[in-house]
Amino acid sequence: MSPRRAARRPSAEPDLFASDAERAEVEERARVAERRRPAHREPDVSYDSYPGETARSAVSVSVLTQTARDVVEGAFIPLWVRGEITDFKTHRNGNWYFCLRDRAAQLRCVVWSRDKRAIPAEPDEGMQVAAFGRLTVYPARGEMQFSVLRLEAEGDGLRRKALEITRARLEADGLLAPERKRPLPRFPRVVAVITSPDGAALHDIIAVTQRRAANVRLVVVPSAVQGDSAPAELCYALDQVNRWGGADIVIIGRGGGAREDLSAFNNERVARALAACGVPTISAVGHEIDISICDLVADHRAPTPSAAAAAATRSREELETELRKISIRVSSGARHALRDTADRLRHLGRDVAGAGTYQVTRRRASLQETAGRLHALSPLATLARGYAVARRMDGTTLASASSFEPGMPFELTLRDGVVRARVPHDGTTGSDS
Amino acid sequence: MNFEERLARLERIASELESDEVELSRALALFEEGVEHLRLASAELADAEAKLEQLVERADGTLGVIDIDDE
Repeated sequence: MSPRRAARRPSAEPDLFASDAERAEVEERARVAERRRPAHREPDVSYDSYPGETARSAVSVSVLTQTARDVVEGAFIPLWVRGEITDFKTHRNGNWYFCLRDRAAQLRCVVWSRDKRAIPAEPDEGMQVAAFGRLTVYPARGEMQFSVLRLEAEGDGLRRKALEITRARLEADGLLAPERKRPLPRFPRVVAVITSPDGAALHDIIAVTQRRAANVRLVVVPSAVQGDSAPAELCYALDQVNRWGGADIVIIGRGGGAREDLSAFNNERVARALAACGVPTISAVGHEIDISICDLVADHRAPTPSAAAAAATRSREELETELRKISIRVSSGARHALRDTADRLRHLGRDVAGAGTYQVTRRRASLQETAGRLHALSPLATLARGYAVARRMDGTTLASASSFEPGMPFELTLRDGVVRARVPHDGTTGSDS
Repeated sequence: MNFEERLARLERIASELESDEVELSRALALFEEGVEHLRLASAELADAEAKLEQLVERADGTLGVIDIDDE
């Protein structure tokens, strides 16, 4: 062991010394060190004065302020400070300067331009805020200065202000205009879903879609929905959907979260990308209290991802109802057409009063034939309502007026039964032609 | 023809049948066509199911979909 090392440890074990002389030397060094130490604590020991103790040893302003900076920076960990904003200025280099003030004191503050990203909006004069930052000394001005890293206003004022600014900008560009809202397609086949691939939102959307047995393809477009990368990823996902071109509708959203987790959906770039989306959009940001900027820009706003899935898709029941409605319209339309023709024939028959009734006969025959054919088509049973099929007594259909002979008995099959009838002996409806 | 197109066609068929000017033979033809669309649309609904896919971007920047398992 070297003597130097031992000197710093005077209690080192004696048998480690090579000789008594060495031990003596080491012990002497230790005594000297002991004597020197208390000398620092006693200012009247002139041979060891501190810088600035006398005019001769005066320190420079730079040394003092830099030392003060070291002391101040070492004494405070970053912390939150509460106060009122005054004298706010934006420097041309992008930094913000202001004072935080209370009744008795003020603190110069700076927000470096690179740190502004973390602050939702420029604070207003007089705003009550809490600022998180680091206390330091700015030597060039000899001032104490607080470097602000985060800033929150009372009542979430900055976030609200930021939202208002974004909203106003989008509004100025017409992106919030109601007439811009596109209707959702009634029967989308492909629904793109931009959300986190392992979030609750996707799970809910899948569950609702499957429960409704909707006849759609859900195409997941994965994206972060919170955190620093979320705005860029959401924009990219929207761009992918546009480039792909296969979707009929887009759902963009996430499940509920803390207010700050939803910030990506209040991002202006995301909002503009959403507005530029080539197909109708549904926003589904699961936060019922706040309306996000994306909610304002999307063609349709759903309060939750489940509601978005319901708005985007038609359930099997809905589609079946749709089909039933249209089938009723088709058959009653056909019935209507049939009745119209019959009416026209009746009028025509009356007008010509038996003379030159070939046309009437021919058309009545074709009407009857048509009724017979309609009868054969399954939902058509009702169609023939109000019409009768005429048959000979042997059951063969009398499809034409010319098949009737004077005095001939026949049967009329009506919706609710069969009636027997006979052609008058004085003739039929005009088989003379 | 997909479901939506069929429904759109049925819509037009119904409207034409409901109009006053339709000829009987035309009405019948429309009706028969309508019945066929209704039959096919119902069949399509019977085996309707939601499919789950994911959009993927290939190395060359083109986009496509792959099937994904529903957990």
